[in-house]
Amino acid sequence: MRIFDFFRPSKPKETVTSAHHAKERLQIVMAHERAGRDAPDFLPLLQKELLEVIAKYVDVDQNRVEVKLDRNNDFSTLEVNIELPSSKKGEPLRIKASTSREPASKDKPKEKEAVA
Amino acid sequence: MGQIIVMTSGKGGVGKTTSSAAFATGFALRGHKTVVIDFDVGLRNLDLIMGCERRVVFDFINIINGEAKLHQALIKDKKVENLYILPTSQTRDKDALTKEGVEKVMEELRKEFEFIICDSPAGIEKGALMALYFADQAIIVTNPEVSSVRDSDRILGMLAARSRRAELGLEPVVEHLLLTRYDPYRVERGEMLNVDDVLEILAIPLLGVIPESKEVLRASNVGMPIILDDESNAGQAYADAVGRFLGEDIEHRFIKPQKRGLFARLFGRM
Repeated sequence: MRIFDFFRPSKPKETVTSAHHAKERLQIVMAHERAGRDAPDFLPLLQKELLEVIAKYVDVDQNRVEVKLDRNNDFSTLEVNIELPSSKKGEPLRIKASTSREPASKDKPKEKEAVA
Repeated sequence: MGQIIVMTSGKGGVGKTTSSAAFATGFALRGHKTVVIDFDVGLRNLDLIMGCERRVVFDFINIINGEAKLHQALIKDKKVENLYILPTSQTRDKDALTKEGVEKVMEELRKEFEFIICDSPAGIEKGALMALYFADQAIIVTNPEVSSVRDSDRILGMLAARSRRAELGLEPVVEHLLLTRYDPYRVERGEMLNVDDVLEILAIPLLGVIPESKEVLRASNVGMPIILDDESNAGQAYADAVGRFLGEDIEHRFIKPQKRGLFARLFGRM
């Protein structure tokens, strides 16, 4: 078929090429990975210690702990929801601890505790 | 004081050893006294690519362990003046590379050589870390392919965080991108990432683009660094890249498909 190809202008058949997909996928995955590279390493430790402190006072069921991390451009939010066993009859006691941090080095985790 | 250059990539099989051999030979051909060191402990291969595999007596690990003197282990190239090879051990593992041991060898080499090229193993483990730790400059060898580009980015992160320069807060390691196994024909058809895409993603200066070439395998078969084959595109591209590294202003070649004549177009790709 080469003899016929010769007379045809060589145009890529697909409008969106596979190389284009490659570039897009790389840009997305690498944006995430670069953000993760300078992610705070203290977060898992902070979470663990928070739990330990709470466990000192109340009996915490590890399965009733919910951890959520939200990454935004300007700030990240770490939300730790700990369900406490009911101290009073009937309604369960909940403690919510959340820390917000500014990007880069000026992290000053603010802790909020609220008993609902 | 010599410059320590690491040839690194994260991913394996992208052409680190081929490029190390080419650059070392290229520097030496231009009169710079150069040594190339194999950091891939246990998987020695630089000796084969440089064609000196039958002359290895002592190795890098012997020197680190004080079992031999540096000059006993350095192999002087037979074809090119000013070129020396420091092979690695084939029997030990990466744990033989201690930071103190490597540092001692580097300091000794720095006094004698203008360029010290560290041929890194693949991965981001101890061997690769040791190869990049003392670097002043890094050549990131990348193929125009997703996994290679991602791994290169990972290595750039390591250079910025875990090299000696980073740890001591000195000037950062100078980074260069060497794009290898580039196929301009496939790029033109949209089957391969083009050089601008890779540059946009990695955001480091381009040192050279080495076109995919059958001659690279042929050169490795006979143990001759590809840069000595000045007829091949790859050899010429390496020679250009060496020139650029040394500060010369050389235009990039082999990025676009070469114009083919009527004959070539009728009878297939040449």
